Amino acid sequence: MAASKPKVALFITCLTDQFAPHVGECVVKILRRLGVEVTFNPAQTCCGQPAFNTGYREEARAVARRVLDLFEDADYVVAPSGSCTSMVRVFYPELFADDAERLQKCRQLGDRFFEFSEFLVKVLKVEDVGASFSHKVTYHDSCHLLRELGIEEEPRKLIRNVRGIHFVELQDYRLCCGFGGTFAVKFPEVSVAMGEDKLRAVAETRAEYVVANDGGCLMHLAGLIHRQGLPIKTMHLAELLACQE
Amino acid sequence: MRDTGVHSHQVHELGNKALGDAHLQEAYRSSTLRLYTHRREAISEVPGFERLRERAQALKRQVMEHLDFYLEQFADNVERQGGKAHWAATAEEVCAIVRDIAERAGAREVVKAKTMVSEEVELNQALQAAGIRAVETDLGEFIIQLAGERPAHIVAPAIHKTRRDVSDLFVTHLHCERTEEPERLTAIARRALRERFAKAGMGVSGANFAIAETGTIVLVENEGNIRFCTTAPRVHVALVGIEKIIPKFRDLAVFLRLLGRSGTGQKLTSYTSLLTGPRRAGEDGPKEMHVVLVDNGRVATLADPKMREALYCIRCGACLNTCPVYRKIGGHAYGWVYSGPIGALITPQFTGIGQARELPFASSLCGACREVCPVKINIPDLLLHLRSEAQEKTTAPKPPGAPLSERTSMRLWAWVMKRPRAYAFAGWMARLGQRLFARQGWIRKLPAAPASHWTAGRDFPALAPKSFRERWKEISKQ
Repeated sequence: MAASKPKVALFITCLTDQFAPHVGECVVKILRRLGVEVTFNPAQTCCGQPAFNTGYREEARAVARRVLDLFEDADYVVAPSGSCTSMVRVFYPELFADDAERLQKCRQLGDRFFEFSEFLVKVLKVEDVGASFSHKVTYHDSCHLLRELGIEEEPRKLIRNVRGIHFVELQDYRLCCGFGGTFAVKFPEVSVAMGEDKLRAVAETRAEYVVANDGGCLMHLAGLIHRQGLPIKTMHLAELLACQE
Repeated sequence: MRDTGVHSHQVHELGNKALGDAHLQEAYRSSTLRLYTHRREAISEVPGFERLRERAQALKRQVMEHLDFYLEQFADNVERQGGKAHWAATAEEVCAIVRDIAERAGAREVVKAKTMVSEEVELNQALQAAGIRAVETDLGEFIIQLAGERPAHIVAPAIHKTRRDVSDLFVTHLHCERTEEPERLTAIARRALRERFAKAGMGVSGANFAIAETGTIVLVENEGNIRFCTTAPRVHVALVGIEKIIPKFRDLAVFLRLLGRSGTGQKLTSYTSLLTGPRRAGEDGPKEMHVVLVDNGRVATLADPKMREALYCIRCGACLNTCPVYRKIGGHAYGWVYSGPIGALITPQFTGIGQARELPFASSLCGACREVCPVKINIPDLLLHLRSEAQEKTTAPKPPGAPLSERTSMRLWAWVMKRPRAYAFAGWMARLGQRLFARQGWIRKLPAAPASHWTAGRDFPALAPKSFRERWKEISKQ
């Protein structure tokens, strides 16, 4: 690493903040282990995606404006979510297409805003974080991470370098798990049916854990697993990478 | 008599009905998987497939930017070649034009090639009302015509029918012996259709491409019925959506290489017909050739700089085959003629957002459709655009039992999210409230819609005892 410590402002995402703070702690732990200075501004809330995804752009803009202001001076922003990162990097410019000044801010923030695994591999150039985990694990690509950000290899590199791990790919791994934000409650039956297909693919690998990088997918899959009493556990990538058995 | 309205507002109910039908689920699963796999294999053999897609996208963009010019060039060339060009703004106008041509030709029977535009304008019903019998000659269309249904897929209209379903239909309507062998079923259909071809005074087709430079219409198919429909009867009428234009003859090479591979995984379909004007002296073919250029909502789509992209579509059906939502809810759930991701885009455009405001929401926005689209339409992005249009121009239906309208909840949500202290307080309140519902970190049943929709099929995680922001004070000291 360069002599000066890279500084990261965390964007912890509302789902992580409220439902899975442990994931946030794991992110902090790993980044610190790699010599990064980590800050968290408690004025942050949500990126605005729920409103944007549901078509309420005015409401989404109101929330997004705050994010643009809050992280204006950050060197890097890191979020443990592909979905929130795509919101900022891909969809903010669309949301502020008619506002030249903010559009400029969106572009500037987008260039400094990274999804967690992407930040490790592309910015810190770290593919082995020194984790160890002796279990069979599979990985679910969240669609925003995969298709909006094109992050496919980064999480896999990190997972493969975990000591003791037995990593297996899912059949048809590019297939959506059915979460889809508000889709999950607008079309709950379809969402559940898609999730069941995904879990069937997980079961076929006989993996103990399914790892993903997005709180939404994980919440959906874990909720299905718990309802159906399946012998599968979910895990955020940060939780896996924080493991040192 | 089949129902003719737009039923897209029932996408929830229709989708759930399809989900509950195991027979249908298996039909969709196996057929879409087959087409999806064939496509993947076919494109893997083409180096530079991505460049081909980019070229096609650029050509379509060019066409849409100058559609007025190309349309006139096309119509002029059709007439120069001895054909007649007609312009139709609405479904009614299309039907009236075709009916008039049939009546003038004295055609009591019409044979039809597969055309989605005719489904869209409900031509068969209009002809029937005028005492003219219209018979579908594409095997899939023939099957759904017998069943009194609409196409369940853009390319494979009877994708949802199993051999057994087809056998049942043939026994009932054609009074043949029961068989489930595809070859024998096809032979039965062919026999029934030969008779109709012989009697037809007019053939109706669509067009896959319309070449402005030459006035040529291009039709691709595998059964030979289109060639039959467009050459055997005395009169041929082609219904052409105005977005089907391509500028030059040489551009066809780009699109033909994409269409077969994307749709069915074929390098080329078995037949590719290029029709330029009616027959000339000493040739076979129809005496009259009419081309009806159809607007029916397309001009309004063109006028919207964002939605214009939806008109690039070449109707290959690849987005349907790859869509995890289409695979589950099937084609009929989309409630009109076009289904899948592209149907969710163009149905609200062609029928009005008020008729189909729920369709843009029938997507997890996974983006698999965009990856396979041969003309690279950014489908998820356009769906998001339509979602905002739906919220601006119409009101979201309130789910039964929901305490607040969707708009009010979203406003409230934004109000809270703009205020970190209100957000923290809401979290604190929710932690207090969840004591009533949560057991060992999970909530089995949430009380009100839309949250109760989540717990209908899944458990909901309880909020963590302390949020990250509450724990930060401690973490930051470590």
